[in-house]
Amino acid sequence: MAVTPTHKAGRRLGRATRRRAVEAVVRTLIYAAGLLSIVILAAIAIFLVVEARQSIGEIGLDKMLSGTQWFPTGTPKLFGFLPLIVGTLAVTGVAVVVFVPIGIGASVFISEFSAGWFKEGMKSVIEFMAAVPSVVYGFLGVAVVIPWVKATFSLTSGMTALTGGLVLGIMSLPTVISISEDALHAVPDALRQGSLALGNTRWQTVYKVVVPSASSGIFAGVMLGLGRAIGETMAVLMLTGNAAVMPTSVFESVRTMTGTIAAEMGEVVYGGQHYSVLFSVGLVLFAITFLINLAADLVLERQRKRWRR
Amino acid sequence: MVMSAAFEEIAMDTPAGAEVQSRARTIGADAVSGSFALSDVSVAYGNETVLAGVNMLVPSRSVTALIGPSGCGKSTLLRCLNRMNDEIGRVRVGGTITLDGQDIYEKTLDPVDLRMRVGQVFQRPNPFPMSLYDNVAFGPRTQGIRKRGELDAIVEEALTDAALWGEVKKHLKKHAFELSGGQQQRLCIARALATKPEVLLMDEPASALDPISTQQIEDTIAELKDMVTIVIVTHNMQQAARISDQTAFMLRESMDEPAHLVEMGETKRMFTNPDDKRTESYITGRFG
Amino acid sequence: MKVVTGACVALVIGAAIFILGKIVISGLPGISLEFLFSKPGMGMRAGGIFPIIVGTLMLVTLTAVLVLPLGIMAGIYLAEYAPKNLVTRLVRLSIANMAGVPSIVYGLFGLAVFVLLMQFGKSLLASALTLTCLTLPVIITSTEEALRQVPSDLRQAALALGATRWRSIHKVVLPAAAPGIVTGSILGLSRAAGETAPILVTGAAFFLPKLPDSVSSQYMSLPYHLYVLATQVPNVPPEVTWGTAFVLVAGVSTVSMIAGAWRSVQRRKVKW
Ligand SMILES: Nc1ncnc2c1ncn2[C@@H]1O[C@H](COP(=O)(O)OP(=O)(O)OP(=O)(O)O)[C@@H](O)[C@H]1O
Ligand SMILES: [Mg+2]
Repeated sequence: MAVTPTHKAGRRLGRATRRRAVEAVVRTLIYAAGLLSIVILAAIAIFLVVEARQSIGEIGLDKMLSGTQWFPTGTPKLFGFLPLIVGTLAVTGVAVVVFVPIGIGASVFISEFSAGWFKEGMKSVIEFMAAVPSVVYGFLGVAVVIPWVKATFSLTSGMTALTGGLVLGIMSLPTVISISEDALHAVPDALRQGSLALGNTRWQTVYKVVVPSASSGIFAGVMLGLGRAIGETMAVLMLTGNAAVMPTSVFESVRTMTGTIAAEMGEVVYGGQHYSVLFSVGLVLFAITFLINLAADLVLERQRKRWRR
Repeated sequence: MVMSAAFEEIAMDTPAGAEVQSRARTIGADAVSGSFALSDVSVAYGNETVLAGVNMLVPSRSVTALIGPSGCGKSTLLRCLNRMNDEIGRVRVGGTITLDGQDIYEKTLDPVDLRMRVGQVFQRPNPFPMSLYDNVAFGPRTQGIRKRGELDAIVEEALTDAALWGEVKKHLKKHAFELSGGQQQRLCIARALATKPEVLLMDEPASALDPISTQQIEDTIAELKDMVTIVIVTHNMQQAARISDQTAFMLRESMDEPAHLVEMGETKRMFTNPDDKRTESYITGRFG
Repeated sequence: MKVVTGACVALVIGAAIFILGKIVISGLPGISLEFLFSKPGMGMRAGGIFPIIVGTLMLVTLTAVLVLPLGIMAGIYLAEYAPKNLVTRLVRLSIANMAGVPSIVYGLFGLAVFVLLMQFGKSLLASALTLTCLTLPVIITSTEEALRQVPSDLRQAALALGATRWRSIHKVVLPAAAPGIVTGSILGLSRAAGETAPILVTGAAFFLPKLPDSVSSQYMSLPYHLYVLATQVPNVPPEVTWGTAFVLVAGVSTVSMIAGAWRSVQRRKVKW
């Protein structure tokens, strides 16, 4: 048996100790970074509640949620969220009407009826649309969509829920299309061939077999698009006119929850009641989008399990 | 000396145990380094025991072939010898495995140290996406060797031993992916040799290669056995017959029970006059 | 039906071409070296956008410095270390949900925690920390995806040579995944560069006479500046506003398109 000189053995021992120390330190750092996202998400929820506490105590969450008037600088100050919530719903509703049919239609075409090069090209188109910052969508809306809405519907102002919703619908398309397209793409080819073999046409195969199989993924795409629309700030701030009154139609100016926070946070006294009320608005917004995302995520998870090979 | 203690634990009443005992005496396995002794080894993935009761002696400086039908646990057993099973998770290894008398599953033994002594070559060539030189130097660098001259010497020696030096000595900066499949596999052998291991585990190292490359790998193995102990898994009976000194035949007779070692012995005898009917039918079937 | 779905695609392509065309056609005339390298003048109605470009670059750089180590380590955790258990599921759920939190809510969080509680004030640092939280899920997800593309053969080979877990990741897996990680990071950061709502409440300034001199200064930024020009300042000549929009879109989208294209080239080139 080879005789190992003791100094060499000693050196090897030292290196092994150091190696184990490095491994332990790195492991700790990596685990800490891994857990960071839980910490941040929890911290967001906690700080929203902490900052919102004052207004919830002084006014009451139920009062705010059911209040029909938003008049933060009047006497008395009125902090009713309903106009903001309805405003958000109106804008989002228009957006949904735009992005659901177009998004699903486009993803079906891309996944089922187009060649490889076209898919690649569309990927770039979608990436471009997703990369354009929301403030640019807002600016294009100001320059193009506001005058168009005003002229087409003969309104006195083009700043309406409709205007914001149209632009928001287009902005949400990349999210909806890329996720639905993934879902359609994940449907095994065997299913398509089976259906064609049964004598179904290409189109029958798509709507009887492929789309139902991918329905949960498409649903998730729609939910995420919805979340994006509800949470979008800049475009709606620039396009909806921000009148904090209950709208009676989409042709009226509305003020959304996000727009309210962005517009008013610059003018409040930090730590004051109005400041705290804006955090309550944020809290409501966070809760809504959290639930939507959770739903989308659970659905996506189920879909992943289903097609796991 | 240290070794014999381990042999005593191997159950004498099994045929495999008896053979291990007798072979241990005849070849004097404890004289040189790089010999394994396995006693009552079993492996379970989760709740499923896939391998049980394996007694085996791997003498140093020789080639041991593991044969048997697919799924009989050859790769699993091989991975026990360098504790790569530890990396899979939910794997339990029972029994005792000693390398030169030292229990390799001992708590105080770091598998990282073990793997520097027991190298492995995989079924598919898996060079790192870096230069030939960096591939071969990876192991030595891991061991803390930094001096350029020392590394150069190790790289040359390892590539020479893997019969690749002549072809690549002018192209050490080349990316490993530019080599052919067979060259890549010999590079992987060189990479494993560069840590100066006592044992080299090879899991079907030629199954993804063409006949000429396979031939080259077999030649390399023949050259290497004077330097390291080789344990090789193969589905190719001719290959086992050509290159190995002893052969172990494993079998899993049904999915309800774990696989076991049917018999092990000198390759020439195993292929001409096996003790067990099942060995005979497997070998003749595979030759047929 | 092919026609109907085809029309949807045509609409999408049309929208993209319109956005691109409009910005290029209206924006390009306003672009000159002077526009890019001089200060704004006459109540931001004339002059250039140099301090605004610099402010944006500083913000993105600081964000990168903060988010990349954290995001890449968290990605390594998910791809290489995470055990299959409840905690890991929670981590994934958190990341998915963080990606969906509205950007203005990140703004509120940054205001409460970084600006006020930690007393960084409205500053580059507070904004960069806010954008760090916002960008983190993108970086984590793309890092994890890039690491998962690396075949497990390579990890096994490194471990079998006596490398520790970390050494096999650091020397073999990370270099192999680097192209994917780099492009994912660029995509995430370019997205951050275009964010307006979170910086609106944490440090972006309406107008500043000089460049920021430390991380605790306020700064001007392209997306906020565009918002200001488009809605807050009357009578801005169109070439100034469109020029600003052009610089923002050109910067953000060319960077991310190049990164995206490079990634697909790399994917095709390296066949495992
Ligand atoms: N990572 C694992 N997790 C769970 N079970 C495994 C794992 N690896 C192998 N097994 C099971 O252990 C048994 C033995 O597998 P092993 O790969 O060792 O067989 P093998 O003899 O090498 O087969 P082959 O000749 O096909 O390579 C098989 O039943 C297999 O399903
Ligand atoms: Mg095997």
